[in-house]
Amino acid sequence: MYHNVLGKRVSRARFKEIITAMRNRQELIAAQLSRRDLIKMGLLTSAGYLIPKRGLSARWESPIPDDQPASPPTTPFVEQLPIMPVKQSVASLSPAPTVCPNTAINPATGFPFEGRTRCHQAFTQFPPQVLYQVVQQPGQVTMSPQLPTQTIWGFDGIAPGPTYHQTYGQPILVRNVNNLPLNNGGFGINSVTTHLHNNHTPSESDGFPCDFFAERQYYDQHYPGVLAGFASDHPPHGDINESLSTLWYHDHRVDFTSQNIYKGLAGFFLLFNQFDTGDETTGFHLPSGEFDIPMLFADKVFDPTSGLLFFDTFNLDGILGDKFLVNGKIQPFLHVHPRRYRFRWLDSGPSRFYQIFLTDLNNLSAHNAFWQIANDGNLLPTPVQVKSVRIGVAERVDVIIDFRPFAGKTIYLENRLEQEDGRGPTDNILRAGHGNLLLKIIVDLPTVADNSVDPATRPQFYSLPSATPTPRVTRRFDFDNSNGGWTINDQFMDCNAPRFTVQQNTVEHWILINSSGDWQHPIHIHFEEFQILSINGHPPAASPLVQTGRKDVVRLEFDTTIELFFRFRDFLGRYPMHCHNTVHEDHAMMLRWDIAPVGDTNRNP
Amino acid sequence: MDRRTLLAGLTVAPFAAMAYAWEARGGRREVPPPSPEREAFRARYFPNVVLTTHLGEKVRFYDDLIKGKIVTINFMFTACPKVCPRITTNLVKVQKLLGHRVGRDIFMYSITLDPEHDTPAVLKEFAKMHHVSPGWLFLTGKPEDIEVLRRKLGFTYADPRLDKDKERHIGNVRYGNEPLLWWAACPGLAHAEWIAESISWVDWPKNRPTGR
Ligand SMILES: [Cu+2]
Repeated sequence: MYHNVLGKRVSRARFKEIITAMRNRQELIAAQLSRRDLIKMGLLTSAGYLIPKRGLSARWESPIPDDQPASPPTTPFVEQLPIMPVKQSVASLSPAPTVCPNTAINPATGFPFEGRTRCHQAFTQFPPQVLYQVVQQPGQVTMSPQLPTQTIWGFDGIAPGPTYHQTYGQPILVRNVNNLPLNNGGFGINSVTTHLHNNHTPSESDGFPCDFFAERQYYDQHYPGVLAGFASDHPPHGDINESLSTLWYHDHRVDFTSQNIYKGLAGFFLLFNQFDTGDETTGFHLPSGEFDIPMLFADKVFDPTSGLLFFDTFNLDGILGDKFLVNGKIQPFLHVHPRRYRFRWLDSGPSRFYQIFLTDLNNLSAHNAFWQIANDGNLLPTPVQVKSVRIGVAERVDVIIDFRPFAGKTIYLENRLEQEDGRGPTDNILRAGHGNLLLKIIVDLPTVADNSVDPATRPQFYSLPSATPTPRVTRRFDFDNSNGGWTINDQFMDCNAPRFTVQQNTVEHWILINSSGDWQHPIHIHFEEFQILSINGHPPAASPLVQTGRKDVVRLEFDTTIELFFRFRDFLGRYPMHCHNTVHEDHAMMLRWDIAPVGDTNRNP
Repeated sequence: MDRRTLLAGLTVAPFAAMAYAWEARGGRREVPPPSPEREAFRARYFPNVVLTTHLGEKVRFYDDLIKGKIVTINFMFTACPKVCPRITTNLVKVQKLLGHRVGRDIFMYSITLDPEHDTPAVLKEFAKMHHVSPGWLFLTGKPEDIEVLRRKLGFTYADPRLDKDKERHIGNVRYGNEPLLWWAACPGLAHAEWIAESISWVDWPKNRPTGR
């Protein structure tokens, strides 16, 4: 039997909630926030009750308590935002990369040295000029000073992994070496496949979910660094308007993707060219160097007793965390100069949707506008002024924030999108100061030169490729749930069975349908960028949320039908389409489609 | 010795033998010994409730069915008109595809959602009707124990209305390797070949998970 402070009998579940609330109160007191701050942040009601925060999942309402723990308290904003190191190349690889897989047997394992099973299709045409070796391996990290050291699985043993920089026109090869242990510490599997989301990558290097390789094998991935259209409508260099910028790479092991990414296997991959140069004195003059910061958002839960990272392996709907991490730290801080910065925001999941605002806790009614310059990996034709951006799992936005007006102040990145379980957000926007504070930004560094372009001058970036050509076929895809399995057109994932074949160098329309009001799906299609033609019959909006531009993930919200425009070009092979709520993905909401010289016209594949 | 310790004692030997067998078959590393993670996983997800098999044997869920094994778990009930017979038929194909591994290292379990009606005899008849081979157990038990299992194993909908609708019960097949804490799931109506292949990927070290 359990009692509250008033001596009243309460259920065990309620009692646990009270304990959690008390812990959170201690955590907030430790953060030295005043009572007024707490009220402003929506963590304390004016009557003095602490609003409980807890680890959330679709299963939290279960009558069985402790299905999903509430994380131990952590003090926010005590550690600096980590910046991932830039991945360094190597002079050579041993054994040297080969066009076809290295099938020689490794005497130490009895298996081939390389896990790849198909030859590179563009290796001879685009011989790699830069070589990398990355190792999937465990690493020890701290996510908060109040939590114990965590064993993560990371690329080069860090999470997020190192940031790659590739320049268009410079083909690269990345050798992935799997050094993961058999012992997973609770979740994760030590066979992996790395997807570079959403590069224009030949199939055998794309990180297809079943192209996974075992521990102590390697897998060479060839990224030609070439623009879409090079072998079809824009020879020989491709269409400049298909340029990509902010990509990320992550594990894609079929059925285990949510576990392996949650464990740390994700990082940024940035592409540059003569316009998006990485130097703000040239090209499009985008903020560069230390003023160009990738930020990987993740929400996680920690075991209340051990403080170790917890993953709800048996969840089907999606997993929400009660701790918000940026670049691997819980609620870090960042000091900035009063000038323009480019932030590259990524929702790394597993299931949460974010709507990110700039919040000044001392002036909650202020709408702090900023500039969105890209949707997913694609620069918009021109910057769009926004008050917030919404991203589902795997979506990215690049923004430019001018911190001059905030000189001497502190502002927060705040997620104000309400979400109570893994199925999707409620679509309720919480009041300023009542959401999840992700990052504290202190504008106290000295004034410095700013050679970057002022987005208010409406600089022109790339144009949108035309989306008017007639499609060869229009295909329909219904995203639903059948007896707990997530379905596409009433069918489930099977790596062995391509559901349809796209004809190389043709145009298609795909219609994605979610007729449910219970769940949302961020749908990702590998390989080619699309443009949204319509959402529920209406053209995509240019504001307040930017639906225009080229994208590779689309949020299929409640009761929504979306029509997409695609050109499929250049390479052949197998690719997936899937929900990027990685828990849905791991529960069969994925299909394989192929590109071949001759395609089919299956309209309901 | 009470029944619980007796059962616990009985399971120690088979588990040790199995670990030994794995190494003998060429496993390059030992099966992970009992660890805090494994213990936490057991405590969170595998209540050790007593169930009865369709052969009439009393078993403890964790000690006798899960511990040290590669398993598949799904929920069904014999009076289920549409989806359960289809899933069971599909899993019979899966059992055939896994061949002699089932009953030796891989164990299949189907737990009834209708324990009041699905007595061991009813389940035995159901198994016979579907030509189920040895190595696959149909399980019944106290309704409250079954409900605890269903929730702990994540065979629930977040929406309480949907969760009450037995016809739409979660038809997934959870598959896993208990000592390694490798767990995932396939829909029971996915292609049988695909389900069998997925299970084979946690059949360590017999099969090392590599792609194709
Ligand atoms: Cu989904």
